[in-house]
Amino acid sequence: MAGGEAAQVASPLLEARGISKYFGAITALTDVNFHVAHGEVLGVVGDNGAGKSTLMKILSGLFAPSEGQLFFEGRPVTFSGPKQARELGIEMVYQDFALAGNMAIYENIYLGREPGKKFGPLTLIDHAEAKRMAAEHLERLHIAVKSVEQNTEDLSGGQRQAVAIARATAFQAKLVIMDEPTAALAIKEVGKVLDLIKSLKHHGVAVIIISHRMDDIFYCCDRVMALYQGTNFAEAPLDATHRNEVIGWIMGTKGHTEALAHDRLQ
Amino acid sequence: MPGSNPRLAKFLDSYGIVLVVVVMMLVLAAIKPEIFLKADNLTNILKQNASLALLALGMFVVIVTAGIDLSVGSTMGLAMVALAIASRAGVPWPLVLLVGPAIGLIVGWVNGIGLTWLRLPHPFIMTLGTLNIARGLTYLITNGAPVSGLQPEVRYLGQAYYGLGLAPPAGLPASLILVAICAIGLWFFLNKTSMGRHIFAIGGNPQAARVSGINVDKVLVIVYMICGCFAGLSGLLLAGRTDSGFPNAGIGVELDAIAAVIIGGASFFGGRGTVLGVLAGVLIMGILRNGLNINNVSAFWQQILIGMVIIIAVYIDVLRRQAATRH
Repeated sequence: MAGGEAAQVASPLLEARGISKYFGAITALTDVNFHVAHGEVLGVVGDNGAGKSTLMKILSGLFAPSEGQLFFEGRPVTFSGPKQARELGIEMVYQDFALAGNMAIYENIYLGREPGKKFGPLTLIDHAEAKRMAAEHLERLHIAVKSVEQNTEDLSGGQRQAVAIARATAFQAKLVIMDEPTAALAIKEVGKVLDLIKSLKHHGVAVIIISHRMDDIFYCCDRVMALYQGTNFAEAPLDATHRNEVIGWIMGTKGHTEALAHDRLQ
Repeated sequence: MPGSNPRLAKFLDSYGIVLVVVVMMLVLAAIKPEIFLKADNLTNILKQNASLALLALGMFVVIVTAGIDLSVGSTMGLAMVALAIASRAGVPWPLVLLVGPAIGLIVGWVNGIGLTWLRLPHPFIMTLGTLNIARGLTYLITNGAPVSGLQPEVRYLGQAYYGLGLAPPAGLPASLILVAICAIGLWFFLNKTSMGRHIFAIGGNPQAARVSGINVDKVLVIVYMICGCFAGLSGLLLAGRTDSGFPNAGIGVELDAIAAVIIGGASFFGGRGTVLGVLAGVLIMGILRNGLNINNVSAFWQQILIGMVIIIAVYIDVLRRQAATRH
């Protein structure tokens, strides 16, 4: 796979070309183009209704784009559902964590992909193996919990988010998409979760973060992209931009300066 | 308290109900040892509650998904008369044994399809519909008259018992063995297989199940088919015990089954409960009725007491949830 190696370096992990999405007469996205490199953390910002969640649903396989094409590792891909996206290594972390509170941490991590003997559609779960794998995986990510047998409803918001991230990365994920990863957290837990997101990079995982919080974006992203009225409006590496410029993009203006900042009294 | 020792808390949460059964038995044994502890009385409790136990096991699976199945009583009645008619018509007995579960599977499938394809807002609606449809069919095929005279092999599971050296009619009922096999099988399915865990996940958070790639609709259809199958089997037991299929059989038993599941500690909000708890719930209702009977308390008071037990059991569930969220 010498050629494959070269191709991998040349092509980004995920690329979107000319993505549009219509819901009847409503246009949610028009001609969105962007890419994420291997191990890169991309921040996606935008106002409510700018098309962030529609775009994420397309990337995670929940919606099919009306126009345009996704490329994963250089190859064109079409998803018929989230399952297919997951098989390629694209995982989603939901704002509300999407955990079953009545079940143990380890069961949540392997829900739908339980280790064990397969008998047709049924898996005879190897609970001991699942616990062992979960404990190992959590340790790799430096996530501390009392026991993998704890129910997730007994965890704090930050711990739940950590478990959700652990679930997303349990099976060689290449890209993790996070929807407002800190929105449901107590302030004191935000830092821990952001550090965890940063650490995914060291495991070679690319991350797309959708967030309203500039602090999150500027803390852990490599690059930031703004959506405005359904299209990709502007983007820049983090060290080539600043907070006020990005806030300007969200509102649809370029060249936003300190003097024009919305939170300053003139 | 909960959380200080998660294993102990989990254990008490799941099995504390068994202690209630033991305490009830001790109390009755103390009050009326000469009647309650007699082998034929204990045999009787087990025999009388075997079909309720099967209904409750099926209902439990549905309640774990935060659903409800009101049609199990009618399904049981329909299964009972259908197998009685088949038996009378001279259908070979091994096939007659299959009639009950088959009818249950069909009704359950209809329930599941109604819920997932028609997108009816709540299983209450769909199963209220099939409650009436199955009961109507039961009257239609029997003209409202009981069908009696079953083949001995068909009656076996509902009627037979193994003496074990005890004076008849005491002994180990065959129906108890069937209940035990079903309970162990269900426990294994719910705890050790992926689909069993998916059923719990759907009860805990259907969205979590969906995004984990679980086909929630498919699992729900199977859940209602399992419940129906158990209802059909319970029809087989009752037909055997009474040697007939009577069209009024099972009216209102869906509520007993729901009560037993809830008393047994399963949460009405889904995702919580154990097979052992369900069996304990059935026994609590059975022992309560038996205890009141042997103490000559009228049947009317029994009903009032069972109503109170249901309220107390659910109140305990509410308290438990509050304790869990409060930390």
